[in-house]
Amino acid sequence: MHLTEIVNGKKKEKHFCQECAEKQELLKQQELNLTAILQSVIGQHVGGQTDELSRLTCPSCGIKYMEFKAAGRCGCPHDYQVFREPLLPLLERIHRGVKHVGKVPPHALKHAALHTELRDLRQQLRTAVEREAYEEAARLRDLIRQKEHADEPE
Amino acid sequence: MNLNSLTQSNGEWLRANGPEADIVISSRIRLARNLSSFPFTNRSNAHQKTEIEQYLKSRLERIDYSPRLTYVNLATLSMLDRQLLVERQLVSRELANSEGPRGVAFAPNEILSVMINEEDHVRLQVIRSGFALDEAWQDADRLDDKLEEKVPYAFSEELGYLTACPTNVGTGLRASVMLHLPALVLIKQIEKVFRALQKINLAVRGLYGEGSRASGDFYQISNQVTLGKSETTIINDIRDVIPNIITYERQARETLTRENRQFVQDKVARAFGTLKSATMMTSEETMDLLSSVRLGVNLRLIDDININEVNELFIHTQPAHLQKILGKELDSEERNSERARFLRNRLREMDSMN
Repeated sequence: MHLTEIVNGKKKEKHFCQECAEKQELLKQQELNLTAILQSVIGQHVGGQTDELSRLTCPSCGIKYMEFKAAGRCGCPHDYQVFREPLLPLLERIHRGVKHVGKVPPHALKHAALHTELRDLRQQLRTAVEREAYEEAARLRDLIRQKEHADEPE
Repeated sequence: MNLNSLTQSNGEWLRANGPEADIVISSRIRLARNLSSFPFTNRSNAHQKTEIEQYLKSRLERIDYSPRLTYVNLATLSMLDRQLLVERQLVSRELANSEGPRGVAFAPNEILSVMINEEDHVRLQVIRSGFALDEAWQDADRLDDKLEEKVPYAFSEELGYLTACPTNVGTGLRASVMLHLPALVLIKQIEKVFRALQKINLAVRGLYGEGSRASGDFYQISNQVTLGKSETTIINDIRDVIPNIITYERQARETLTRENRQFVQDKVARAFGTLKSATMMTSEETMDLLSSVRLGVNLRLIDDININEVNELFIHTQPAHLQKILGKELDSEERNSERARFLRNRLREMDSMN
């Protein structure tokens, strides 16, 4: 592993074996640079809007837009919605389009249906508790538990 | 599970029985997937990571898929064992070196593995011997469907599979082919190939992926774009370009044997001679010398050893494999002398058998 360092116009060449290089964290630095590159690409795209964007925060995972910008990684799936506006130009630059045309998960509809059903049942449970209809609430609680664990091992 | 048994065989993908295996080492498909109800791994706390791991592990154990997958908890595994899995390409370097609850499930033939809590919650990969991208995709697609039956993925109709890094969003697919291109390196045409590939948005990397050097003349060619193209298009874009590179490498090999036979013969003989007699050997040098030997075997300049045996030496001389086979932990200097001894012994054994 070779490293050329230029300090005050003076060129210094250093040679390291793998182990010394790792000790000096030279290899780590190289990895960080990849993130730096991505950050600069993201930076170019937000340009002047930064002030407004810096206030954007994902309600789901709590990541701030500036944190996403610094790390180059999203915090949760919901970020793609929250940061959609600054993300689209970035995606366009990285990829060849901004519309997914590939595989669609075959069971997504089933999962989505279950998700909606569970949300409705939880709502009903809350109302039942408010109405002090405890028998009804217990029945709903069991039903929710059963549906939640429908695909889990016994 | 006792990982020591892994060193007694090669992963299926390294057995050189696939199409064009003299040049194409392996074809790999990787899919990035995430659970819809958790933050991505980098933003999950230890408690959430444990939940994600347990959840995925229990689903993986129960999916209707054969052969059955073996699950390995990486958090409780020694560094040496984790390194062993990296060298066998069952686990990424990033996952091996990261912290917290994480693991990998893999098939006994090592064609297929599922990493948990990598940069994405799920990284599913299939590696096949030779030029077999379509078969690898079919395997990955099938397992992906089986898993998705039990696990709700983070997916948007507009942006596809949602991933921690925006560079993977869409299909979450990385298709790559590992090539051995010693002749193109020797006739100094390799840079030209790279430039042509970069122009069509394909990435070229070394043996162990991102940021790694192309030691042993091994090059990994993969797609960069994951959004706006279907899986089939992404795979076809790579599949269509590989036969050209194979042809260039074959032509380069022919040119070398026709016009510089003595030079190649000498290079191969020196490499083989050094491997059979040196007393200190780094893994870098081993890779470079074995690359020349591999070329020599393919050009029928040596018949003391076959391709399968060369492939085996490539992996068995890696640091973790060497220490596992010898049954002791060694520092870098000890490894270099033990590696040289190992090579001398193995090559003598192979010589007497062939």
